[in-house]
Amino acid sequence: MEDAKKKKMTAYTKQTMITYGMVIAVYIICEICMHTGKMSNQMKGLLVPLCYYAIMAVSLNLTVGILGELSLGHAGFSCIGVFVGAVFSICMKDVITVSYLRFFFAILLGALAAGVIGFLIGIPVLRLRGDYLAIVTLAFCEIIKNVVNIIYLGKDSNGLHFSTKDMMSLGMEEGAIEIVKGPQGISGMPSDANFTIGVLLLLITLFVVLNLTHSRDGRAIMAIRDNLIAAESVGINITKYKLMAFSISAALAGAAGVLYAHNISIVKAATNNFGYNMSILILVFVVLGGIGNIRGSIIAAVILTLVPEMLRGLQQYRLLIYSVVLIGMMLLNWSPKAIEWKAGMIAKLKKGRNKKQTEKQAD
Amino acid sequence: MKMKKLLSMILVAAMSLSILTGCGGNDGDGSTTGTGTNDGSTTDAGSDDGSTSDAGSTSNAGGASGSWKIGGIGPTTGGASVYGIAVQNGIQIAVDEINAAGGINGVQIEYKFEDDEHNEEKGVNAYNALKDWGMDILIGNVTSAPCVAVAAETANDNMFQLTPSASSPDCAKNDNVFQVCFSDPNQGIGSAQYIGGNALASKIAVIYNSSDVYSSGIYERFKSEAANQSFEIVAETSFTDDSNSDFTVQLQQAKDAGAELVFLPIYAKEAALILTQADAMDYHPLFFGCDGLDGVLAIEGFDTSLAEGVVLLTPFVADAEDEKTQAFVSTYVERYGETPNQFAADAYDAVYVIKAAIENSGATSEDSVSDICDKLSAAMTQIKIDGLTGSDMTWAATGEVSKDPRAMVIENGVYTEFH
Repeated sequence: MEDAKKKKMTAYTKQTMITYGMVIAVYIICEICMHTGKMSNQMKGLLVPLCYYAIMAVSLNLTVGILGELSLGHAGFSCIGVFVGAVFSICMKDVITVSYLRFFFAILLGALAAGVIGFLIGIPVLRLRGDYLAIVTLAFCEIIKNVVNIIYLGKDSNGLHFSTKDMMSLGMEEGAIEIVKGPQGISGMPSDANFTIGVLLLLITLFVVLNLTHSRDGRAIMAIRDNLIAAESVGINITKYKLMAFSISAALAGAAGVLYAHNISIVKAATNNFGYNMSILILVFVVLGGIGNIRGSIIAAVILTLVPEMLRGLQQYRLLIYSVVLIGMMLLNWSPKAIEWKAGMIAKLKKGRNKKQTEKQAD
Repeated sequence: MKMKKLLSMILVAAMSLSILTGCGGNDGDGSTTGTGTNDGSTTDAGSDDGSTSDAGSTSNAGGASGSWKIGGIGPTTGGASVYGIAVQNGIQIAVDEINAAGGINGVQIEYKFEDDEHNEEKGVNAYNALKDWGMDILIGNVTSAPCVAVAAETANDNMFQLTPSASSPDCAKNDNVFQVCFSDPNQGIGSAQYIGGNALASKIAVIYNSSDVYSSGIYERFKSEAANQSFEIVAETSFTDDSNSDFTVQLQQAKDAGAELVFLPIYAKEAALILTQADAMDYHPLFFGCDGLDGVLAIEGFDTSLAEGVVLLTPFVADAEDEKTQAFVSTYVERYGETPNQFAADAYDAVYVIKAAIENSGATSEDSVSDICDKLSAAMTQIKIDGLTGSDMTWAATGEVSKDPRAMVIENGVYTEFH
């Protein structure tokens, strides 16, 4: 009994360690490549995007995989992170000059804001289930995008000016800073993000999600996913745990958004970034990586972000190939025949190894 | 459990491998990295001699005189691909012409175009990919938002950037970026002054796209300049990309306000719908647009007779009589099977602008990217170009072009000079 428990513990620890180790190993390889000058500019430019896509995928996996609710509005929470974090950084550019400190607060604030909005949205939304919930999250994502698109915000010596009409109605003095320009997005963020911060944030995200999953609360959340009625009957507070998972997921997405905003000089909330398409993109990472499989989410996010960039040499055909890769991966991961084949292969391998082991033991 | 581990190990291996290939990719093409910092480095075309990234050498491989590596970025896929492909083709024609005529100062041009999907993030990726290729000069981006994102990167690297068609003033904020097209504010001011100066109307309605940088940029300046003009804006209505199929409300408002002229700082697709719907409600004001309306006659399923009398301020029309335009249009039609739009013409001009700037500054393809940028930026304010999109084009140090807008009117299905 004791032994079994110990073994189980180590198996779980091993799995977690592999996940962390994978991220750290890739980080070290990349750092070595960078410092020896072996890394192309293109790859260097992709490192931070890889981090925030991975964080978004991991955080969405918390909602989709662990909580078991299909959310199509994940990009909306990142969008809140983007705008809150970016506005903070632009306003504080001259006040806090230490970029790490400023960025730390920006991430904290962005995550907090996204978490709060996630909580508020979660209250009505989580009363729904399945398709209905998916559609309502989609709607909220669009609402967030559209609200962000009518905000005009500027800053001059009198303080902040706000309008929902256009830039001129702010009535600012000469030389004022235009922070948010409605549909034209937000620009002028200091480029505080770098790969190290991105990886740190990814590790924190992993830490939060993995520990939550394996905690008492996590087991309650998974019980809700597996059987809602049974979970309710044993006295699990459904609303509380659903809201917990949903708002943590939103907060982490917000942090990823802050990272996004500080890696690029302009962000617009459009369909492709922080709208419907991006939500689907992240969901694709999660589904391809395996629903509920945290490590898979990271790997899928990395591969699917790299593929279209690595295929640049193929010009227009690259997006065609990207979609073929997507279909191929989906089939390989999820079609019953492929799973059967994989299981067969694995069993064969196992058999071979067992045989070897028994032979060894016989010796 | 074990097998899962094995599988994950394989995936990790695959992942690291893909990253390593990303690292290794640089070795192969031998182009130098760290363009901004590595001053002595060359970005030579003779890349077959392996990596030169650590060498401070300025010699060229194989004794060739090197080449100008001009990169282009724009959307060749997705919703805005019409513009990106036009620019790609426009640059190609100009590059081929210059190369056939012996290049710039005897040095040939190499040209590569990357896709940005009209997306800021992808724009930066495309820029980094071109840097790996060894780009000296960037023509791009085609659209405004990705251009702003890339402009921040080129400022870091001090790379010379000339955008053919990104018209937002934010694009040319940095000293190293110049525009071939009019900036949005200038179009707005120009339109207001044209309408006021020629007393086209006294009551004006505006319909603009509030979700579009181009459209709202023009509108804002048009409105502020309108205060100085003799006309009055009686109705301002907007739409967004999500609600661009029904304009009866906006048109009714303009009609009720008694507007004699409707200003449309929008793209041709929506304008075609507006013209059709205005005709259906028997409202016939004078329609006035900017260069975005160029191409309205080519919209599929649009009754071109409805566009009769539409006035637009545009730097380029494919039907113009002059020799240069006709030569360009016939080459373009021959090679790509369609009539070029203003974007293609801007791109074509951009290459010749770069040629003139290089010749004026005396920069050579052996110079570092940063040196080229400094020399060309200085030369830009001194050159004067007669191009397809305007004669006597000059540039201010701010990066904005100064050229005369031309008002065109659609008569009998063709663009003619408006008087």
